[in-house]
Amino acid sequence: MRIPLSWLREYIQIPAETSAQDIADILTRIGFEEEEIISYGADIVGPIVVGEVLEFVEEPQSNGKVIRWCQVRVGADQINGIVCGARNFFVGDKVVVSLPGAVLPGGFAIAGRKTYGHVSDGMICSARELMLSDDHEGIIRLSELGIEAEVGTDAIELLGLIDDVVDISVLPDRGYAMSMRGIAREISTATGWAWTDPAAFEAPIKNSDKAVQGSIVDAGAASRLVLRTMDNFNPTAPSPQWMQRRLFLAGMRSISLAVDITNYIMIEMGQPLHAFDADKLHGAIQVRNAGKGVVLETLDHVQRNLDPSDIVIADDNGAVALAGTMGGAATEISETTSRIVIEAACFSSGNVARTSRAHKLSSEASRRFERGMDNELGPSASARASALLTEFGGAHEVGAIEVDRRESLRVIEMNVNFPSKVIGTPLTDEEVRHALIAVGCTIDDAKSDWKVTVPSWRTDIVGKADLVEEVIRIVGYERIPTVVPTAPSGLGLTPAQRLRRRVSHLVAQAGAVEVLSYPFMGAADLDALRIPLDDPRRKAVSLANPISAESPMMRTTLLAPLMATARRNVGRGHTDVAVYEMGLVVLPTSETLSAPQLPIDKRPTDEQLNQLNESVPFQPEYVAAVLGGLIQRGESVLTLSKTWSWSDAIGLALRIVETAGLTAETVSMEREPWHPGRVAAISVDGNVVGFAGELHPRVVEGYGLPARSCALELDFSALSAMAQHITSATLLRSLPKATFDVALVVPQSVPAAVVREVIERNAGELLESAEIFDVYTGAQVAESFKSVAVAVTLRAADRTLTDAEIGAVREQVVQAASDTLGAVLR
Amino acid sequence: MSAPNKNFDPVAVTPLSAEQIDQAVQAALEAFAAASDLEELKAARLAHAGDRSPIALANREIGALPPAAKAEAGQRIGKARSQIKEALDGRELDLQNQREQRMLLEETEDVSLATQIQPSGARHPLTMIAERVEDVFVAMGWEIVEGPELEAEWYNFDALNIPGDHPARSMQDTFYVDPVESHLLLRTQTSPVQARTMLTRTPPIYVAAPGKVFRTDELDATHTPVFHQVEGLAIDKGLTMAHLRGTLDHFAQAMFGPEAKTRLRPSFFPFTEPSAELDLWFPQAKGGPRWIEWGGCGMVNPAVLIACGIDPEVYSGFAFGMGLERTLMFRHTVTDMRDMVEGDIRFSRQFGMDL
Repeated sequence: MRIPLSWLREYIQIPAETSAQDIADILTRIGFEEEEIISYGADIVGPIVVGEVLEFVEEPQSNGKVIRWCQVRVGADQINGIVCGARNFFVGDKVVVSLPGAVLPGGFAIAGRKTYGHVSDGMICSARELMLSDDHEGIIRLSELGIEAEVGTDAIELLGLIDDVVDISVLPDRGYAMSMRGIAREISTATGWAWTDPAAFEAPIKNSDKAVQGSIVDAGAASRLVLRTMDNFNPTAPSPQWMQRRLFLAGMRSISLAVDITNYIMIEMGQPLHAFDADKLHGAIQVRNAGKGVVLETLDHVQRNLDPSDIVIADDNGAVALAGTMGGAATEISETTSRIVIEAACFSSGNVARTSRAHKLSSEASRRFERGMDNELGPSASARASALLTEFGGAHEVGAIEVDRRESLRVIEMNVNFPSKVIGTPLTDEEVRHALIAVGCTIDDAKSDWKVTVPSWRTDIVGKADLVEEVIRIVGYERIPTVVPTAPSGLGLTPAQRLRRRVSHLVAQAGAVEVLSYPFMGAADLDALRIPLDDPRRKAVSLANPISAESPMMRTTLLAPLMATARRNVGRGHTDVAVYEMGLVVLPTSETLSAPQLPIDKRPTDEQLNQLNESVPFQPEYVAAVLGGLIQRGESVLTLSKTWSWSDAIGLALRIVETAGLTAETVSMEREPWHPGRVAAISVDGNVVGFAGELHPRVVEGYGLPARSCALELDFSALSAMAQHITSATLLRSLPKATFDVALVVPQSVPAAVVREVIERNAGELLESAEIFDVYTGAQVAESFKSVAVAVTLRAADRTLTDAEIGAVREQVVQAASDTLGAVLR
Repeated sequence: MSAPNKNFDPVAVTPLSAEQIDQAVQAALEAFAAASDLEELKAARLAHAGDRSPIALANREIGALPPAAKAEAGQRIGKARSQIKEALDGRELDLQNQREQRMLLEETEDVSLATQIQPSGARHPLTMIAERVEDVFVAMGWEIVEGPELEAEWYNFDALNIPGDHPARSMQDTFYVDPVESHLLLRTQTSPVQARTMLTRTPPIYVAAPGKVFRTDELDATHTPVFHQVEGLAIDKGLTMAHLRGTLDHFAQAMFGPEAKTRLRPSFFPFTEPSAELDLWFPQAKGGPRWIEWGGCGMVNPAVLIACGIDPEVYSGFAFGMGLERTLMFRHTVTDMRDMVEGDIRFSRQFGMDL
């Protein structure tokens, strides 16, 4: 909200030396954040004076323009010749002249200069050139602004060209502060400077048969309605200059006298008003629900299909305005209007908020109603409008009506010690009382259990916590002491949180760089990953209002956004790109998405909460990496050496599982977006927790990644749930070890790891380790067979093994491999 | 070697001739000194200390000498031999050292070209700053809690005293799940974790909740639709705004050093009352210490406690929240939000493995 200081000073005695920054600081301290301070005319330099046009000659120019060569009296005995491009003035008009030496807003310096064949000694100014308003239709005629002044008068002073505006943001609970009245009251409360309430005057309501009648039909739609009917209005009367100027400074455009007056009073007092052309209304006015199937054309010439619950102003023919939000086009004030109805109502904040949101129509009025309105203002604001229409538009009030549905003022019970208890420092009764009275509350005579009556404009104060906020706001937040609370002894990070950190470190240390992608994806991403149409990963939750139409879904796989991030890196020239991410994926568990609406006036039941929790889609945390290009250089930075391979991706996945204290198996299983022959399912106790390997060459090509790029994706939540956080140690055996090698010929289709596992499982308790050291295919073995060589290490706890014992184990494992795999000793 | 000489001796050396022995020794020493590498020294050794060297031959003659002369000759030869051996060993050591020196020099590498033994990646600074924050609160005895990012409207709004017609619920601010009637959304704040925590734990509660949040802002230098917050919540008997301030001051000092402090300004949030804006006195600010807007805080609104089944007449609490992107931006002079979200590997690499 923009506060022109010259306007504000009308209601509050601000010491002369107070700057705009001082005002902004005061407002910030009491909860109104400064947006900006705008200094109008700060760079203006005189002389800028009132001049009188004595005569002029019109001179057509070769460029088609017609200029006027004017003789302008600018002082008692000074007449300047001035060239003027505008033609909206007459001989005898008083105008504003910038004389040579003057500087206009924006640093535009005026000097005597030769133009269109004359020496022009100054410039006749338009309103915009002086930053007086946006008007640039022609030059300023002071008579039009209702200003009479002597030739030579300083126009900077006369027109108030120099003014400061403090722009502040008003919090959503502070509707009462969206006016000069409200801000003056707030500043007075904070500083003690005296203020006068522009709404504090007698505003009688006198009905008559010439007045338009009205009623509130739907209870709850409005708490008050005042209508004042005016006749004899002169629709061509201009708005006074000071009003236009103040509206301009407050950020509004001047439209017409009637509209300007309603806007002016809204900013002055905070009460939105609406002016109807009374002759376009039929019968009495009703405030009611729109009802079904109503279409209303609003002032912005949009046809709006109203919701049955929208509150409207209606006459006998139907809706004429969207209450508290925007008037209707059919009853708009025009150049022929002579009878006016001023409507001042207090509409329900919830209703206006809903209507304004539903119609995407936020107006100055709706912004005030939404935040809560002072329901005291109807009579006085409408009376002020009536007076201004009378003064400047020649109108005459013929009668008024009022419907008053106000509830009595809210009373809150509060013990005087409560604010001290919440704030944590003792406040005296006097401090608390003074603060509450300062914000407009009244307090009964009770000694300590007070009944505090909340003023009409503070619709936001509903409980004693709100009263505490007012108290601390007035006594100052700096009064709050600093005490570190003692929490009960905690348990530290959870095992899952510690595991997350370890995994993140592990993957980073392996060479990948962590990124945090947006968790969105689109069908095109899944296509690029070659994910089949019936894959569960296609069943994603979509957003109603996504950030982009290409990515409307929540990721079901980290790889969708992560691959795009990898591509962006390659695009930026990072051709060796290893990136990883840990984050949630969203896996809908049911076809229909629907969360129940639970109460808030008490704790929902456990059953209700279970229902609510189950309605939220499953969101496990995954870890994924895309690994492409060079992993490590050779002997020096000049020697390229190793690129990421399928084996690294799987190896890293296995390390992640190992970090969780688990043992993984690799199972050959096709899975998009991987290379069907170079991907492993990572399985823990028979549960597949993820996949790793080389990406499908077409996927790699599609994303423009380095050839043979790899990826892994694991369900971190699943790993974390299975994780063994406490390792049981085994007694170390210190006697000499015994080793033997065994080479077994098996069909090509048997994975080497399976051969090793069979040995491991059948070697008995003497086994220490079994490691594959060679896999051979070729002339020495039959076609479609391979030889897998495994080094077996044995060790006993209590003795050195004999050759016989070693031989027995060897025989045992060979036999087992033969039985289970058909393996033959090579 | 001391066996009697039974062979014909082709070299006429008289073992008793001191002059000749001296000459042989002198010749040996000169030859060793003249050897310029170990190969030449080997040849000189064969010639002057080998089996057929003059001294070796002279040695054999000793046996043929009369007993009276044997002792003297033996002494003389022995001395000569040890002189030769000493010179030979010394020279050999010299040449070995020289050869090693040469080799080490030849093997010199440009060590600036060395590679990392295992090239490390990097972690995202937002992850690391979240962990820093977690550690501060864990040290205070607090616990770290988490919640889903796609959340029920009830947890994100209703339970937090944000009524149905509140502007924050508008689709201009909030990502809603399709269909909107599902009453599911992307959480706009980490505060729903507050509600979830209060509903599942009994006071005293001291928890911090870092996490991802969503608002429908366009990405630019200072806004991103997906960002991170950390939320703190304490519910206990007798908690006051003084405890809120104490916690925030401690947190600020843990993150920004002993000179850091906080300042509260009146504000409005539906879920706290009284509410306050939180400013941080940032001692390391470029251009000198200054106040920086850091977050929001307040005393938990009694309406929130009631919806979460906590009796506001018995318990009170405070809550606060701040943006991690913003914290990272001023703590580490990151000037463009886009660098944090675009995933350019150069960004995280600047920070390495720890903040």
